[in-house]
Amino acid sequence: MSLRSPLGHARGLGSAKDGTHHFWVQRVSAIALVPLTLWFVFSVARLHGASFEQVHWWVSYPAVAVTLVLFIATALYHSMLGVQVVIEDYVGGEGMKLTALLLSKFFHVAVAVAAIFAVLKVALS
Amino acid sequence: MSTPKPSSGPNRPLSPFMIGPYYKPQLTSMLSITHRVTGMALSFGTLLLAGWLIALSNGPDAYHAYSKHVMAWYGQILLLGWSWALLYHLCNGIRHLFWDVGKGFSLPAAYRSGYAVVAISGVLTVAVWALAYLT
Repeated sequence: MSLRSPLGHARGLGSAKDGTHHFWVQRVSAIALVPLTLWFVFSVARLHGASFEQVHWWVSYPAVAVTLVLFIATALYHSMLGVQVVIEDYVGGEGMKLTALLLSKFFHVAVAVAAIFAVLKVALS
Repeated sequence: MSTPKPSSGPNRPLSPFMIGPYYKPQLTSMLSITHRVTGMALSFGTLLLAGWLIALSNGPDAYHAYSKHVMAWYGQILLLGWSWALLYHLCNGIRHLFWDVGKGFSLPAAYRSGYAVVAISGVLTVAVWALAYLT
């Protein structure tokens, strides 16, 4: 057991060099999501009652497919950053916290890749 | 949460969690926790979006099986909650962005923007559903 204080351990090691990175990219993705989310919500509302063929045609329109991929990637990235903060705030115990953080990362990447693959499959078919 | 305790290290006092016996519920703190709750809900809600696109990419049969559930009463209620959570998180997120650049920090301003978020997210949700059902 060390008799040094936590501050003594950390002193002299230098910073982790990413102090504000998480904060900053969460804001950048938030700003990007303002127009993307409004576009997505009102587009989907207009698709109410549309047939499979109509929705398929809509997604395969290049501008729609590209914007959908941007929305999915940005939303899942923003979500991953947000969930990370919630886990760090509320999950006590290093083992549980690490497990939750890993599961959250895997979940977000998997959902993003699956959703983007589906858009591309429709758009390129 | 009960008496706040640090998970490790010396037993220093911590600021209590905003929900509990320590603070009176206020508009500002309620909107704050709602931002987090809607954020977490939306994280899981991405499964709904991914499921829709995957069903679409798997052909008409998969798409009809999926949309049957979405168009059922429970699917529509889920979608209503999903749309409101998304629009609330969007509006309150914009409020946070103004705070991030140092604007609107006074107590009256924080309350005004708080009521605006509640009203605008409600109006937008109604507008989206009106667009879906009335056009």
